[in-house]
Amino acid sequence: MRIHFKTSYEHDIRLFPDWWSFCVYATLIVIAVALPWLMDDFFLGEVTNVLIWAIAGLGLMLLTGQTGQASLGHAAFLALGCYSCIIFMEQGWPFLIAFPAAGILTGVVGTIIAIPAIRLHGIYLAIATIALSILADDIIVLMEPITDGVSGKFAPMINIFGIEIERWTTPDRFYWLVLAVTILCTLAYRNLLRSPLGRAMAAVRDSEVSATAMGVHIARTKAAAFGISCAITGLAGALMGFYAGAFNNETFSIVISITLLMMIVIGGLGSIHGAFFGAVVVAFLPQFLSMTKDLIGGSSVAIPGLETGVFGMILILFILFEPMGIYGRWMKIRIWFELFPFARKDMFKRQKSYLKTERLR
Amino acid sequence: MSTLLEINNATLKFGGVVAVNDLTFSVEEGEVYAIVGPNGAGKSTVFNLISRFYNPYAGSITFDGHNLLDRNADSVADLGIARTFQNIELFDHATVLQNLLVGRHRHRKTNLVQEMLFTPKVRQEEKRHREAVEEVIDFLDLQPYRDKMIAGLPYGVRKVVELGRALASGPRLLLLDEPASGLSVEETQDMRWWIDDIRKQMGITVLMVEHDMGLVSGVSDRVLALADGAKLAEGTPQQVQSDPAVIEAYLGAGAA
Ligand SMILES: Nc1ncnc2c1ncn2[C@@H]1O[C@H](COP(=O)(O)OP(=O)(O)OP(=O)(O)O)[C@@H](O)[C@H]1O
Ligand SMILES: [Mg+2]
Repeated sequence: MRIHFKTSYEHDIRLFPDWWSFCVYATLIVIAVALPWLMDDFFLGEVTNVLIWAIAGLGLMLLTGQTGQASLGHAAFLALGCYSCIIFMEQGWPFLIAFPAAGILTGVVGTIIAIPAIRLHGIYLAIATIALSILADDIIVLMEPITDGVSGKFAPMINIFGIEIERWTTPDRFYWLVLAVTILCTLAYRNLLRSPLGRAMAAVRDSEVSATAMGVHIARTKAAAFGISCAITGLAGALMGFYAGAFNNETFSIVISITLLMMIVIGGLGSIHGAFFGAVVVAFLPQFLSMTKDLIGGSSVAIPGLETGVFGMILILFILFEPMGIYGRWMKIRIWFELFPFARKDMFKRQKSYLKTERLR
Repeated sequence: MSTLLEINNATLKFGGVVAVNDLTFSVEEGEVYAIVGPNGAGKSTVFNLISRFYNPYAGSITFDGHNLLDRNADSVADLGIARTFQNIELFDHATVLQNLLVGRHRHRKTNLVQEMLFTPKVRQEEKRHREAVEEVIDFLDLQPYRDKMIAGLPYGVRKVVELGRALASGPRLLLLDEPASGLSVEETQDMRWWIDDIRKQMGITVLMVEHDMGLVSGVSDRVLALADGAKLAEGTPQQVQSDPAVIEAYLGAGAA
């Protein structure tokens, strides 16, 4: 059991609460950097995929988990990030400029779209954002001269100061690029959490009335959440484009939006860990399913919708039994071990709160 | 002593219900001013008018020379007005510390980009906010709960956290909507000392709504009795309690 002694205000502000967690994350990063030497190219590709999904998950997590605004339109922002990055590069912009520019453009567009959307709450916002996902497809087809419509585009070679990066020929370099973006996005997310804007987002999520009374501008905070969320999603979209190699109007469909939302719910809403846990599930589920199908000898039969069905089942099970997602379960197991043997069974039960009727006289 | 808050001829209707009816009163700097009245008298509605959640149908509200009606609800806090809610409006999925830190939001001096990069300026500001919040935690004895989620806290503690969040904003005027409702006798006693200290040590003016007459007469300088949105009586706690119109209103409400 670790006990935190707070010796200064700095303590709560630090990125890592103690030496132990610093060591854990440092080790994790060292392993992540060394991964290309530890794994073959196939698995490295899979891990790259997990990281890209995790970045997209971080983007949506900021909006849905942190600010409480559900969106089923994030596939549109993935598409915008992807198309703009590659179109910028086709104009001759170097990757190091085109990539952040694509993120900023997606963020700005997201903020502009948010201004009318933030008047909507909960399910209505979700429904309105579905329209975005559907529109994106049509817009890509309509803007054929720039987007090449249904025939689609190919991702060009990335060139950073003469170093060539491509998914198939140099999977290790592509992996390191994705890893760097992942770390930067995670860091930015963490920084927001420990500063006023991040707390204002949580305030908007939990109680708009009292957030207002504390001086939080609701619309501005939601717009900022949309902006940052879309920018991160745009970056993920660009990386998805490079990962896929080729893409067209159907690559970023509404299914991607739904998968992304389910992913962060399964991972655990409102936590950075949740985005990563969810990404692991999303990225490995197809592999896992085909392997189990091989095991039970049914590999020759194609079952349409199997993946989606299993995914939906997992989601329902989580909502019923572990609404905090994988991260919630993880925390419980960790605390159980830390407190061993003092953990009690009802420790995680919610305390009932009574309103004033509790008082009889 | 100067007048801090002034409400003149304020009227507010919800459809056919006149929730606040041509109400005029003022709160002096440094006093504890209590509003009492039967259920549905319009006490919380007065608070919501000051917070600018509702627009008065007629009348004016001024705070320290500023016309409150010129402002939106989110810029009331900037003037140094903080409040609690009758039904506790905390940020349930955040810790006590984070809740109190939201109270500091009106002192935010950094922008989105600086915060994402966590520049030295942000770090320095964060330290300042945390110093202020730790003082509130010490004052209200919230140390054991600092890193606990609100969702798991007992009712009495939440009530204190909400007071803490309002105090953390460093207000000049504190609006407390039924600070003692639902509290045990001991907790109410604590609340009484705190309100006394808030006024005497911190020099914060307090405007509160409370049903517990023991608490009201214990801490307040002046009391306003409301019924059906209109002023029934105003004066010292003793004067108001012995006012025939007030006794009538309470007995009438009790008999109904
Ligand atoms: N948002 C609203 N819409 C419609 N009517 C409202 C609204 N808020 C308050 N009212 C009505 O205004 C009147 C005053 O309500 P208010 O909440 O101010 O009473 P109160 O004095 O705070 O009572 P309590 O002691 O029960 O808290 C009541 O008749 C109430 O039904
Ligand atoms: Mg009330």
